[in-house]
Amino acid sequence: MSYNTSSRLSFTRSPRLFLFLITGVVLLYGVIYPNLEVVVTSLQRDHQWTLANYREALSQSAVLESVLTSLGVSTLTVLFCALVGIPLAFLFERYSFPARRLFAVLAALPLVLPPLVGTVAFIFLCGESGILSRLVQSALRLETPPWSLRGWTALLLFHTYTMYPFFYVLTGAGLRRIDAGLAEAGRSLGAGSVQVLFRVVLPQLTPSIVAAGLLTFMTSMASFSAPLLFGGSVRVLTLEIFTARQRGDLELALTETVILAAFSLGALIFFQRYEGTRRFAAAAMKGTGRRLKPITSGKARAAAVVCGVLFATLLVLPVATLILVSFAQDGRWTTQTLPPAYTLANYARILTEKDASEVFVNSLSMSAIAALAALLWSFCVATLARGKGSRVWKRLLSLLVLVPWALPGTVVAVALAEAYGKPSPLLRSYVLIGTFWILPVVYFLRFMPLVVRAVQASMEQLDPALEEAAGSLGARWWRRFRRVTLPLVWPGAAAGTLLAFVIALGEYVASVLLFVPSNRPVSIAIASELRDFNLGAAAAYGVVLMGIIAVSMIVAARFERWRS
Amino acid sequence: MTLLSLKNISRRFDSTPAVADVSVDVERGEFFGLLGPSGCGKTTTLRMIAGLETPDSGTIEFDSNDITNLSPERRGFGMVFQNYALFPHLNVFENVAFGLRARHKPRAQITQQVTSALELVQLPNYEKRRVDELSGGQQQRVAIARAIAIEPALLLFDEPLSNLDVTLREETRGELRELVNRLGLTAVYVTHDQEEAFALCDRISVMMSGRILQTGKPRELYEHPVQLSVARFLGRNNLIRVVRLSSSKSAVGEFKTLEGDHKLHLPIRNDDLAPMNKPCFLAIRPEHLLITRTNVRSENVLPARVREFNFAGATTSIKLDANGLQLESLVLEPDSLAIGDSCFVTLPPERLLLLNE
Repeated sequence: MSYNTSSRLSFTRSPRLFLFLITGVVLLYGVIYPNLEVVVTSLQRDHQWTLANYREALSQSAVLESVLTSLGVSTLTVLFCALVGIPLAFLFERYSFPARRLFAVLAALPLVLPPLVGTVAFIFLCGESGILSRLVQSALRLETPPWSLRGWTALLLFHTYTMYPFFYVLTGAGLRRIDAGLAEAGRSLGAGSVQVLFRVVLPQLTPSIVAAGLLTFMTSMASFSAPLLFGGSVRVLTLEIFTARQRGDLELALTETVILAAFSLGALIFFQRYEGTRRFAAAAMKGTGRRLKPITSGKARAAAVVCGVLFATLLVLPVATLILVSFAQDGRWTTQTLPPAYTLANYARILTEKDASEVFVNSLSMSAIAALAALLWSFCVATLARGKGSRVWKRLLSLLVLVPWALPGTVVAVALAEAYGKPSPLLRSYVLIGTFWILPVVYFLRFMPLVVRAVQASMEQLDPALEEAAGSLGARWWRRFRRVTLPLVWPGAAAGTLLAFVIALGEYVASVLLFVPSNRPVSIAIASELRDFNLGAAAAYGVVLMGIIAVSMIVAARFERWRS
Repeated sequence: MTLLSLKNISRRFDSTPAVADVSVDVERGEFFGLLGPSGCGKTTTLRMIAGLETPDSGTIEFDSNDITNLSPERRGFGMVFQNYALFPHLNVFENVAFGLRARHKPRAQITQQVTSALELVQLPNYEKRRVDELSGGQQQRVAIARAIAIEPALLLFDEPLSNLDVTLREETRGELRELVNRLGLTAVYVTHDQEEAFALCDRISVMMSGRILQTGKPRELYEHPVQLSVARFLGRNNLIRVVRLSSSKSAVGEFKTLEGDHKLHLPIRNDDLAPMNKPCFLAIRPEHLLITRTNVRSENVLPARVREFNFAGATTSIKLDANGLQLESLVLEPDSLAIGDSCFVTLPPERLLLLNE
């Protein structure tokens, strides 16, 4: 029998106060103040409260169009991602066939591909002068490239490629949680397999699928690199904000930022509600595990493997292209299908030239600072969220923590720039914008929710009786934390921290708005090489970045395995 | 001498009362039981004794000191959890040594105390084993060793045997009782299993819906439940709905059963228990019914028909129908009775217990 209560295993008073203080200060400075500042500024003109900014913004057809375009792109993205991700999850979770595990791991690959690097790889592969289009052009002896990678099709293709893993991963996790006995019960009551799918399995998956849909929607609304590089005439909201800022039209930028943020926060609130209902699937956890259904017929087996290989190729092709191009000699690759000459010069340049290699030091150090800070902070938040306190308060805490993650990078950057680009009541005369520290702060804010989530998830798996047992054996809070909680939570926390680190490494969206010469990150270097048509160098940067990410992910997977 | 004393403690969870006005005194050296169906508040009571919950009102005293608001780590009570709560990342030795390390005991003493605790629970030389390699019964013993290693002032058990299978449960029960006796410890034991509570405990409080209904020695509770719900909860009972016919002054009460319309007589110990013409209950244990083939000349004999046999090894339960009144009897030998046979059932007056709703 268990009671859903926070036990009164006490801290001595001071550490709890300390945790409160840290959490409060970070939320105030990082989340509440900057976003409030943006909203307030967008509602003012010459220190007068007014809706004029909104009236003006919404009367411009360009702004209205970009809002509608963003919504349209995102809705279609959700649809396509669901069509790819859900069947894939069923395939990998329900059937066994040769090399299933390899394909299953590969399927989640786009999740850790930095959006900018993915975009660049896509351009090299299927852009107007990409390898695929050259292949088709030379095969059909066409005068002009067979297609141009611009507009809706390109955008949706790329979004589907990078975001279907949300559906794949969450549906897969949902399927694993469903008690196989329920489906068997359904069958024994006379329901056919289709009926079981629709009346037993899918209703239980709904929370996972809705959560995936909202995640995809938010990510797609926030998408920036892809529309920037091959959106063509498709003008989405993030791009509008960026160009408005570049033009110096700060008021319009702020107003658009609030509009974009409103959509993302709306999605977040729905997301949180569905997160809560996910529990009912977990509640029925006592039961038999499902055995994978082997595909036995020879033909079906072959078909499954062929599909798998095809799918894996599709997934790996952009990455392979990037590696290939990174060895291409710049300037020599003109009309040939594949680069004619190969060289190590690109790598030599980016790794030896001081200006070029410095960006790695910058990115690595800034991401590490942000990730470690996030780890420490996550323990504060998770401990507070676990302790006693009213439910309303805890909900508010977790909502506030999730806000910077739900907000598009553009919004976070704009808000920080607005709040700390001038002397502020919170920082007095210190101006954060323009210093080295602005990017670590942004990375921390954008990706700490991932770490908080990981730490909280690990803590939830922890049997509360363990801490109670430690308490009854005479251990004070610090010993309980050090000897019981930390060793058990550590693997999950470390994996979450590494994930945040990896994603911060390739961050572009917020960096491009806030970087200064002293903290130029890798992503900015890639973009500027691309602008100068140093394709090889841009690709080489991307490959090195992916290399670091791959190593980190392997380490993270070790941690995960350790945990189980 | 009273060691632990709960005084009018109450606890609510989100406005539903889990424990309501519970008062209990536990003597030094006593093995005390909290018995009740699941959800009756017994675990919450135990957790309040351990300090894992705080009562909303009332006080808890230990050795004449108020410990109501003392945090669990300062109480020095050993607790054995239902799921054992062994630390999965520590081996057996470190699990048992946990509380000693928290007390900063010297290393040599820790080793010695852990070894002797493991010997006490009959797990010598298990120090280096991982806890997830152990069987359920062994994990259980480690949990007990961990709790007794700190030489607790009070030992608390939260349904510690409920995860074991039946034979192991009975075996461990005996060992547990012996161990606590040998160490001269005071224990509070929570269980929903009446047999377990009877076998282990010196005294038991029966809890239901957050309240203590009756406290007493196992035999007292079984033979003289003071309330209908206690009679219903502890073992099997024939509960017969009756109305009192005789006046409240007479020493022998006369009752009419609502089913079957029989007349039953019994000596009245307490007059105000049963006012005239108000429905109440007579309780009698199945093993106290006497079945005979022929009518014996004594009080409270009812003609009946055998309805059902349930063979359960040592005993056999016989269900009887006495003109609509359903009775159950427990016998050692079914005496060649068959279903449908007529017989006579005697309800000895001294075995009948008068209870109010």
